[in-house]
Amino acid sequence: MWSYEKKLMYPVKVSTCNPTLAKYLMEQYGGADGELAAALRYLNQRYTIPDKVIGLLTDIGTEEFAHLEMIATMIYKLTKDATPDQLREAGLAEHYVSHDSALFYNNAAGVPFTASYIQAKGDPIADLYEDIAAEEKARATYQWIIDQSDDPDLNDGLRFLREREIIHAQRFKEAVMLISDDRDQKKVF
Amino acid sequence: MSQQQNPFRRYYLPFRGRFDPCPPLGPKVFVVPPNVLTGFQPPDYPQFPPLEALQKGTLWEPFFDYYESPYRK
Ligand SMILES: [Fe+2]
Repeated sequence: MWSYEKKLMYPVKVSTCNPTLAKYLMEQYGGADGELAAALRYLNQRYTIPDKVIGLLTDIGTEEFAHLEMIATMIYKLTKDATPDQLREAGLAEHYVSHDSALFYNNAAGVPFTASYIQAKGDPIADLYEDIAAEEKARATYQWIIDQSDDPDLNDGLRFLREREIIHAQRFKEAVMLISDDRDQKKVF
Repeated sequence: MSQQQNPFRRYYLPFRGRFDPCPPLGPKVFVVPPNVLTGFQPPDYPQFPPLEALQKGTLWEPFFDYYESPYRK
């Protein structure tokens, strides 16, 4: 089970009214390498992975939901006061006609989320390697969003999230080493 | 930290054809984050003070990599 703390993992501040940034942020909301995909991927893989690393998948999968909530807050702040005209200029007219300014699990190009973005192969090495790749892809996505964004406060939050991806990849690499190590296995020669 | 000195950046020069339509961007940069060459986290790793760690997103100094767009002037 989970317990919920009614606060964000890191304070979200947006200083410029630029709904186009909301469109870009959707890549991390409902995109292939976004926070939703990450959370669902890790929490689901927990059941078929060696005991040693179940806790890690739980911790990181849970944290991804906290990241998702930050991204949602950013998107919401950038769109809640936008007129239909402003949303059209931001390339969000299609989003508006389907959702008004409600959030939805789309990527930056408006493609809806699909479970085929994630995998559970049941092979611990294959699954952890996918997780490492997913973290590096998420890190890269944050870089490309920062490259497109002139909002210093938004970028501050994105830099925090990017750093977390670096740490997650580090921990997944350590998980690979942990389960590959045969030191505590009895060897008969 | 200037981009040139950042230990977590690498550069390569894309091939330039005689008839490429756009002026060259120059060296292309990519990130090699601290997790790539570290292996298992060593014992007694240097730490940031707690408040700084919360702000940076990691407790561990060697794992911190500040990102700035290489295109930003
Ligand atoms: Fe992550």
